[in-house]
Amino acid sequence: MSFDHDTVTGFAKSFGLFYLIAMSIGVIIYAYWPANRKQFDHAAHSIISDDEDRPCP
Amino acid sequence: MIQGTWIVQCGGVGMVAQLTALERTYAAIILVCVICVGVAMAVAGRGDLMAAHGWIVALFGMVVMALLLRGIDAPDPWEERFREYYDDPTKVGIILSLIWGVIGMFVGVWVAALLAWPDLTFDAAWASFGRLRPVHTSGVIFGFGGNALIATSFHVLQRTTRARLPDQLSPWFVLLGYNLFCVLAATGYLMGLTQSKEYAEPEWYADLWLVIVWVVYFLIYLRTLARRREPHIYVANWYYMAFILVVAILHIVNNLAVPVSIGHAKSYSLFSGVQDAMTQWWYGHNAVAFFLTAGFLGMLYYYLPKRAGRPIYSYRMSIISFWGITFMYMWAGSHHLHYTALPHWVQTLGMVFSLVLLVPSWASAGNALLTLNGAWHKVRDDAVLRFMMLAAIFYGIATFEGSFMAIRAVNSLSHYTDWTVGHVHAGALGWVAMITFGSLYALVPWMWKRPALYSARLVEVHFWLALAGTVVYVFAMWNSGITQGLMWRTYDQNGTLAYSFIDTLVAMHPYYIARTVGGLLFLAGAVVAFYNIWMTISRPAPVDEGAAADLPVEPPAPRAWAQAGE
Repeated sequence: MSFDHDTVTGFAKSFGLFYLIAMSIGVIIYAYWPANRKQFDHAAHSIISDDEDRPCP
Repeated sequence: MIQGTWIVQCGGVGMVAQLTALERTYAAIILVCVICVGVAMAVAGRGDLMAAHGWIVALFGMVVMALLLRGIDAPDPWEERFREYYDDPTKVGIILSLIWGVIGMFVGVWVAALLAWPDLTFDAAWASFGRLRPVHTSGVIFGFGGNALIATSFHVLQRTTRARLPDQLSPWFVLLGYNLFCVLAATGYLMGLTQSKEYAEPEWYADLWLVIVWVVYFLIYLRTLARRREPHIYVANWYYMAFILVVAILHIVNNLAVPVSIGHAKSYSLFSGVQDAMTQWWYGHNAVAFFLTAGFLGMLYYYLPKRAGRPIYSYRMSIISFWGITFMYMWAGSHHLHYTALPHWVQTLGMVFSLVLLVPSWASAGNALLTLNGAWHKVRDDAVLRFMMLAAIFYGIATFEGSFMAIRAVNSLSHYTDWTVGHVHAGALGWVAMITFGSLYALVPWMWKRPALYSARLVEVHFWLALAGTVVYVFAMWNSGITQGLMWRTYDQNGTLAYSFIDTLVAMHPYYIARTVGGLLFLAGAVVAFYNIWMTISRPAPVDEGAAADLPVEPPAPRAWAQAGE
């Protein structure tokens, strides 16, 4: 198979679809993974607490 | 001028004294190098416009050196400083952002007026539309927006990681180096220096300098994250990181060019023809995506929940929309090149990704508004929070409009007309400037340890000026753009164009006047903001310095001071 314009565009047109779908599934799994819930909740609440007004020692 | 006086009087010596002796030495070495490079540019570029830029670089280095020397022999700062965050660069960044904002918006009103009254160039070459317009765009995007992003990113980064910045020199290098780039950009345009790429006009030496500055900026982020005390990296930092990383990639690729000679400002792009157009609009659209969207979403995801006192509605949705925005936007740039020599399938790709982008964009806008759901009384009472709410609404409007305009058939009407200009300003005034002003208003009392802003009433005044200005501007440009687009495509019975180009100009004239008025209202709001923040800073702190250092910095209770100003 020669490495010409058609090969590159053919690869771009097919591979792009699959890696974007795979990435979307990966992101959704990460966002909804039950074990991650705790750290997400902690992160969301930590910015509105007053604890963060000073760096950790 | 004002800025220099302010640094000298209020912060200069004190801020230099915060640097360690070693950091002051390094700063002096860097400044000597900058001055030498400036002089070398002036010598190598004699007889070329580059010489003027050489002198500007040298002068900039000397001014900063003078500020440094005033405090060079101060004693080393106390170890106590490690118990506080390092906020001096953020403070200066806020001031610089506001100065650039007022300058950039003033020039914006000027170029708007030029379109209605072309005589306002006063027969001066530097005041022609083609030279002033990039001063406006770079002034507001890079000067106002960029400085606000740098200032807020240092603030957010430290608070969300619970870690101090890794050192005290590199943030100054980034902030001042970036402003040197902005000065080179603006002065270059006035002299007629441009590489004719929209939002990437500065010539090769300014571009190289920005690469150095930007790499240091990214390293500050990585080094601070490496020292973080919070295991999870808060989502605002993801957006700031995407902004820094992707802008570096875009900037380097789009500005690949070969200068005529080392002593010559002019350079030639590595790309030509349709490849050049595609590279430019890959850059241009992602500048919108990662400079004007991702960075400011970082602001939104921190300052809006903080100000509202409520956690973000859905943290999961913020993650999903982050990855959606970063990976979809990359492919949308080709919608700027509908009906051109660009292959049809690449145009279609850009159109499709622009439509898909609506999902993560509205997820972000909805997430912001749902965060406020249940706190509408705060939005009513607190104009600062209302700025942020309005930003989220305009973000939703502008992203819907953008997806709509990317559809090929719609683009055939909208492209090259004032509708595009209206769309850009719905985003720039309604989204970017509103979230910036909201965030800066929230940030200023925290940074300078004041209980509240100087005047809540002036924030109200600014809010309504900004909203009125944006609405007048955007409606004027919608009318103008659609009128223009329709006149361009109207044929008479004989199959020839019904209107000449001059006919369209006459039709647009009233809208151009209305646009100038809208811009003037927005500029007036920015001047009010500058005055209000200036007075907040210059008003003496309510408690003495020693006691203030031990007090936790409480965000002001919005309700209490909103009443005080009413």
